[in-house]
Parts: sequence; structure tokens; C-alpha cells
Amino acid sequence: MSELTKYTISIYTENNVGLLNRISAIFLKRHIDFLSFSTSQSEIPDVFRFIIVVSMTESGVRKIVQQIEKQIDVIKAFYHTDEETIFQESALYKVKSSSLFEERQIQNMIKDSHANIVTVSPEYFVIEKTGFRDETEELRVALAPYGLLQFVRSGRISITKEKMGISEILNSFKQQNKD
Amino acid sequence: MENQKMNPISGAEAVIRCLLEEGVELIYGYPGGAIMPIYDELYKYSDNLTHILTRHEQGATHSAQGYARTSGKVGVAMATSGPGATNLVTGIADAQIDSTPMVCITGQVASHLLGSDAFQETDIIGISTPVTKWNYQITKASEIPEIMAKAFYIARSGRPGPVLIDITKDAQFELFDFSYEKCKGVRSYVPEPSLDTKQVTAAAELINKAKRPMIIWGQGVILGKAEEEFKAFVETSGIPAVWTILGLSALPTKHPLNFGMVGMHGNYGPNVLTNACDVLIAIGMRFDDRVTGNLETYAKQATVVHLEIDPAEISKNVKAHFPVLGSCKESLPQLTRLVKHQEYADWKQLFADHMAIEIKEVINGDTQPTKEGLTMGEVIVGINKFTKGDAVIVTDVGQHQMIACRYAEFVRSKSNVTSGGLGTMGFALPAAIGAKMGAPDREVVAIIGDGGYQMTIQELGTIFQNKTAVKIVVLNNDYLGMVRQWQQLFFDKRYASTEMTNPDFVTIAKGYHIDAQRVSKREDLDQAIETMIASDKPYFLEVCVEKEANVFPMIPTGASVSDIRLK
Repeated sequence: MSELTKYTISIYTENNVGLLNRISAIFLKRHIDFLSFSTSQSEIPDVFRFIIVVSMTESGVRKIVQQIEKQIDVIKAFYHTDEETIFQESALYKVKSSSLFEERQIQNMIKDSHANIVTVSPEYFVIEKTGFRDETEELRVALAPYGLLQFVRSGRISITKEKMGISEILNSFKQQNKD
Repeated sequence: MENQKMNPISGAEAVIRCLLEEGVELIYGYPGGAIMPIYDELYKYSDNLTHILTRHEQGATHSAQGYARTSGKVGVAMATSGPGATNLVTGIADAQIDSTPMVCITGQVASHLLGSDAFQETDIIGISTPVTKWNYQITKASEIPEIMAKAFYIARSGRPGPVLIDITKDAQFELFDFSYEKCKGVRSYVPEPSLDTKQVTAAAELINKAKRPMIIWGQGVILGKAEEEFKAFVETSGIPAVWTILGLSALPTKHPLNFGMVGMHGNYGPNVLTNACDVLIAIGMRFDDRVTGNLETYAKQATVVHLEIDPAEISKNVKAHFPVLGSCKESLPQLTRLVKHQEYADWKQLFADHMAIEIKEVINGDTQPTKEGLTMGEVIVGINKFTKGDAVIVTDVGQHQMIACRYAEFVRSKSNVTSGGLGTMGFALPAAIGAKMGAPDREVVAIIGDGGYQMTIQELGTIFQNKTAVKIVVLNNDYLGMVRQWQQLFFDKRYASTEMTNPDFVTIAKGYHIDAQRVSKREDLDQAIETMIASDKPYFLEVCVEKEANVFPMIPTGASVSDIRLK
């Protein structure tokens, strides 16, 4: 019962200035850390989507999703296991240009890991890699000996295998208001 | 008013017009710099809208809460920015945890100053977020009608709660064309989940097969205005019903199926038998830890039916085997149609047997004491006698609260006003002001400890200024009694900072021109209560009670409900 599992929480919301604070307060109150957090536009105009990754018990994540969904500006919230979602993270790596020419194996690393070179300048070049955590991490570890000037990894972005049905929820509200 | 519609008005005037559109008659508040434009409009509209100047912003929120609890309407509190706004927070948190509909309006520094650490600037949206049902900062006058309509809709619909609207000073001055439309819905918000009739049928089948069913009802019955539907369900089914502290008064005390209170200082039978019932029917209650004691040993034998408007309460603390979502005003009549009446004679006898033990071990000593010192219980019994159990009883937090809830008698709903979830000392005096204004024809008796009384004692000024005919009873034991009781029981009588050297409370009341009396002898008690109740003015009665008395029964923290102690 108390086994911790990684869950992806997806939250569809109205765009409200205070909402991020309201959602993070729900986690803060229960002393739960985000493993990852991202937010963006969703498939529906004017509807935003938060993706939060947590490590919790099933009963804990269910209760927290109930509390999130209770917030006025939240349209719907879900939680899923990794198996139920398609997910990726993006990472950027900034490396000295000199090492690209001096250390030939860097070029192989980039090729083998299917990373892309985003930009090259006389001083530095920037590599981008999208994938699972262990893949972006593997490249980070590989590049580290050559002097990583900067490294950053995005929060998880995730899409569910099952249908979310947000448009239906919004349409049913429109219908109710017509009646 | 019609022809004014096309003339631009200020944001401040719009706020007042919105309040009038929402049927607000009374607001509680305290003026200050950032809300002066709204107060200026209040002055102009003083024939339509009464503003009660409390002596502290916290008092404004508790008064608004008391008003909401007895009137069933939305309470409104208003304050300026900065300290005015932060002083509202305790009342807002109290309203949030006790589901009280309230709209708070705060002034804010002008929008160009936001984030500049301007004079009396504070991030009240950030501060109030975790303790509001919704909050919003208005920076343009044109937002006012829609946001105010939404604020009232959200505060009163579904599971009610507090909403805070922060309005920058420039938005209060700005002119715009005002028109008002009541809010009928918010697309991301479902106030009442739709009722699943299959769940009702399944619950009814389970209930009909039960041999030892028990109903625990909470404030949801009162908030859902479902007292009649609830009574019909109880009477039709014949099932023993017990209450949480906030459910108190929804069913008359003397109703034959009202078997008392659950929880830490509740009645013996309801607590012990929670762990003996086969079906537990929870109605509009949330299984607070003060109700359940140790969850690991709480009603494990029972199948739980939970009638609840808030989906987040389902299986939050206690697993609901048969959740019935929706307003109990809708679900109860459906359930009533399907349940069969049964006598449950043996089961009810168990409640009676436990009550006999409690009477002998606890209640007799509390209410008919033979020892010299006055008990809190006998004061409550005296109040029952002269109010005929038909008063609004407002309590603070602590021993007096538990004793009052245990022994006060009620014949009508919306008669128990107390700070349940948050346990806010200082609640009662200002809440009593609002309770009286929300139910002006009713007798309102505030019962307060000497500790809590001094947390908001300044509201005597509000009572005096408005001639609010509340009756104030301070049960004075010169201690923070409940903390002292815990120190006695669990900290080897180390009375750290719980003894109080108190002022002359009667002189203080008289300083506010409030009639006042002190009683310390049993033979004077009845006469004093009679005089107080007979008065049609505010009245203060101090009763000096036994210093080191304890409240029993008691479920110690972490213990099981069935391990409730009688001494």
C-alpha cells in the first residue's frame, strides 16, 4: 500500500495568474516534491496543460488529484503511470567548440545518440537531445569530461494513450448553460 | 438607477452596486488607505447597505461567518491592503475549513505600484491562496461586475467557502459603463456532481439488510438546507443518528433518534458503537481526525455509505464503499423512498446502555454537581432552562466549547455557531455579533472561555456601538483550560503558560456600557441567567467556574474511538 510509484499528473486549466501558486500549494501542504514540472498550451484554445511528475503511493496521488480537480479554475486532472503515457524530456548541452575539433569522439557521441547540433559558433556549440531521462543523462555523463559549459533539461512532457475527453467536458458545460 | 446605467460610474461604486445586486444588506469591515474609494461610496449608499465597523479586521471575518451561519446567506467582510488584508486571514482559513460562504474584499495599492513594496502593499492573493475556495486580483474597473458575480456564485454554490477579491486603488477610481449579470456557472467548476441513482439503489439495498446501522451527519445537512429531508430519512428508516460538532442542531436534541455526538469529547455510545455498527451512513461530513481518532482502528467492520457533495472527500480519510455524490437535499429523498423502516430495538438498547454509563460516570457530575465549585455543565443547563433550548449558541474553542456542544439543547437548525475545523480562539465574540444580525429575532448566547474572550475582547466596542443584543457568558477558570487538561493528563501536570491572571471582566464590560454581572456561587446562577436572558440589550455574565475541571469522555490523540475514556 505504501509503495512509491512514479506518476504523471496532467491538469487541464483555465489560464489564471494565480493558478500555479494554487496548484503548487496543494503539494507544499503535503510536503511532496515535484520530480518534474512543465506547462504549456493544450490541444484546446485557451486551455492550458500542466504536467507534473511525482513519486507517491497510488492512494496519495489519487487524493492529491482530487484536491487539484476541486480548484475552481481546473477543468480536469488525471494521473497515469509511465506505461499509460508517451513521454519525453528535452536537454540542451553547451560545449566549447575547440573540443569538438580536438576530441573526435564527441562527433561520434552526437551521432550515436541521435542528438542534433542546434548552433555552432567559434567559442561554443549547442547540442539538443530529446528522449527518456536515462538517454539525456547518458549523453550528459559522456560529455562531462570534455567540459560542459552549460546543461539544462526540461520537465517531462507527456501524452496519454487513453482519450482525455476535455472538449466533451467543455461542450457539456456550454450545453448546460444553453438549457 | 435605470438611467444611470449608461453613465460611467467608478469601480468603487460598481463594487457597491454589485453587492446590492447580490442581495447583500450587511457588511463587516474596517477602512484604510487602499480601500477609501469604496468606503466613500458606502457613505453614499448607506441607506441601502449597512456597514458594521468592527474593532479589528479579524472581527469582521468572524462576524461575517456568524452572519452566514445563522442566515444561510453569504457573509461579506472588507478591509484595506497590507495589515488590513493579513488580519482577515485567520477568519478566511476558518471559513475555508468549516465551509462557510464568505466574500472578502480587500483594497490593494495602485496597479503601477504592484511589486514595488509600496506602503501597505502585501501579496494577499499569494497569502490567501491556500485558504480560499477562489481568489482574484482586479486591476481594471471593467472586470468588477463579472468577478464579483463569480465571487458570490463560487462562495455560495456547491460546498461553500470563502472567496477573496483584491481590488487595486486605481481600479476603484476608474470610470466605466456598469452592467450586471448574475453568474450562472463557471465552465471549469462543477458545484454539485450529478446524482447516480444506481449508487442510491445500491446504498438502500445495503441499508435495508443492515442489523446495526448508524448515521453520522455533519454540517452538509445544514449547508444543503436539507434538514427536512434528513429528518424524513432518519424517521423513515428508524436508524440511530449521531452528529459531528458542526452538524449539531440540524436535528432537535430531543428527537428520539438523535443519539448524541461523535468525536474526541463526544458521547460514549456513539464513539464506542462506531466500532460495532455494520453499516455506517455518513451524511455531509468529512471524517475529521477529531471524529475518527486512530484511522487504523476506525469502523473497520463497517460498510461505509458516504453522501457527499465534494468528490475530494470521498475516501480521503475513510474508505467509502458506497459513495453517493451530490447534494444531500437531492440524494436523501431518493434514499428515503427506498429504505424500509426497522426498529433496531436491540441495537438502540446498546446506545441506551452506554448512555446510562455516561450519565452515571460523567453527565451527573457535570450537570448536577454536588461539589462546591461551579461546573461549566451546570451553566449550560441553566441557559437551556431559560432559553427553552431555542437560542443560537455561539462558542469559542476549548473546554467550554466541548461542554456547550455536549449539553446545550436545540430545537431549531442553524443554531450552533462554533469554530470546528480550525479551532480559532477569539471566534465567538465577533461571530456572535454576526449571528445576531443574521437572525435578529433569535436569542444569541455566546459562551466563551476567559482565554479566547481576551483574543477579540475589543469587539465589545462593536456590540456597544451597534447595540447588538448578544448575551455573553464567559466561563472563567483562570486557565487555558483545554491545554491545561492535556498538560495534566499527558505532560505530568506541568502547567506551562496556561494560568491566566485575568482583569476585572465586569468592569471592562461596564466600560463599554454593557450591563454586566459576575457569579461565583451556585445559588446565584439561575437568577443571573434569568436576568441576562430577560434583558433586551447586550449583557455580559462572568461565571467563575471550577479551576481544574476536565472534559470527559475523551479519546486521547491516536487512540481508537472505542477506547474513549470516561475519566
